[in-house]
Amino acid sequence: MNGIFTNRERPLQAVPGWILCLLATALAAQIGWQFARRAEAPSAADLPAAPSAQALRLAGLGETAALARLAMVWLQAFDSRGDNAIPYQRLDYGRLVAWLDAILAVDPRSGYPLFAASRVYAENTDAQKARRMFDFIEAGFARDPNRHWAALAHAALLAKHRLGDLALAQRFAAAIQRQTTDPTVPAWARQMEIFILEDMNELEAAKVMLGGLLATGRIRDTDERRFLQERLEEIEQRIMRSRKAGAR
Amino acid sequence: MIHGPTLTVARYALIEARRSGLPWLAAACVLGALALSGFLSQVAITEGAALQATATAALLRGCAVFLIAAHVVASAVREANDKGLELALALPISRSAWYLGKLIGFACTGALLAALFGLSLLAWAAPANLVSWVLALAAEAGLVAAAALFFASALGQTVAAIAATAGLYLLARSISAIQAIAGGPLADDSLAGQAARWLVDALALLLPRLDAVARGDWLLYGAPPAAELSQSLAALTIYFLLLAAAGLFDISRRNL
Repeated sequence: MNGIFTNRERPLQAVPGWILCLLATALAAQIGWQFARRAEAPSAADLPAAPSAQALRLAGLGETAALARLAMVWLQAFDSRGDNAIPYQRLDYGRLVAWLDAILAVDPRSGYPLFAASRVYAENTDAQKARRMFDFIEAGFARDPNRHWAALAHAALLAKHRLGDLALAQRFAAAIQRQTTDPTVPAWARQMEIFILEDMNELEAAKVMLGGLLATGRIRDTDERRFLQERLEEIEQRIMRSRKAGAR
Repeated sequence: MIHGPTLTVARYALIEARRSGLPWLAAACVLGALALSGFLSQVAITEGAALQATATAALLRGCAVFLIAAHVVASAVREANDKGLELALALPISRSAWYLGKLIGFACTGALLAALFGLSLLAWAAPANLVSWVLALAAEAGLVAAAALFFASALGQTVAAIAATAGLYLLARSISAIQAIAGGPLADDSLAGQAARWLVDALALLLPRLDAVARGDWLLYGAPPAAELSQSLAALTIYFLLLAAAGLFDISRRNL
């Protein structure tokens, strides 16, 4: 029988004892050596400079979708060791953004780079690093607003609540409101700017925006329309109160 | 042109593939690719299913190409060493019929591999996209089989034939990116730079565009339209015929 599961070997006893010993010792040494030197997640300093998108495409041999996602999984391992008090804190964000940019250029339809940027890397407590990531998210959003609005919406929330930078949050929210055209983009994302303006005490602008939104007839859900109408009335009352206070 | 002896040789090439370790290796590739991509999708923080689909497709594509190339080269070199060709030609069969029969048998083996690998991707891809991917992979595997048979027949050595097939395949998959880099804004404008670009463009004319077919992103974002797909498959068919003609030319001239 000529198959790969044929049994044409001599019995085990035919193997000299010293060879069996050598085999067992070498196997034990290999396992022991590797166990002692178990690889850990790479440190922040190990992150190499990003290649160009063209070089990445060349490495992918045409399999851009798979390469982009595998590169993201590889990238997120840097500075993520269990002994880190705060993961990703020590990463060089210049290099990181270059990597994310190259990966996004390789597969512009993947949401992974912007998702990781907004949900992982932008949550850095270092404001400068977070802002650097916001710039990347904003640029990625501008390339395809209907696909990447969620990342910018999260960046707007982080800018508002983490950094307390309402102007930046309002800029992101305004970009979502103006640049998205896909009807599947949820209303809360498009209306975010109104509420940020409210928080900024830009009540007149919020009123104009909310009134305009209701006037366009894009809000078809009756509950949502009623909620926004109530919100508009509340803003108008706040404007009245502030005018009265100003007159006194 | 394809008559009795050719089909008989093709049938025996298929039987040889079935009786070898190829089916077991193909099954091991499917299990290995599914296991590895499943692990990767667990590590991913988003697009886990997309990662699993594209990684499995890319791995299986590489496996299909490697398996068919290694199988064809091993089979052709073993037959040459065993003087099987001389034995076959002692029968009433022409050299071209023998070569075409082998080629058809190996191409069919490649198509079967593509179909098996396609089945393992059913969970992640729309059937229409998957059919396009399988068709393209079958064509790619057929082309690799033709290249492997040509190199094995012409070079007569296993390592040399596998290296030549791998070199041709990798160049065919990367030539578009090489062309883009050569013609990019950072490219050197000197005479040497222009000569290099001309050389790359000339090389591209002699290679099939394998980076444009059987891509994993077809399973995520949809296969190309039928007209575009047919054009890609037609291009692979032309190259398959070119390799078949080169192999027939070589075997017709050889002194046995």
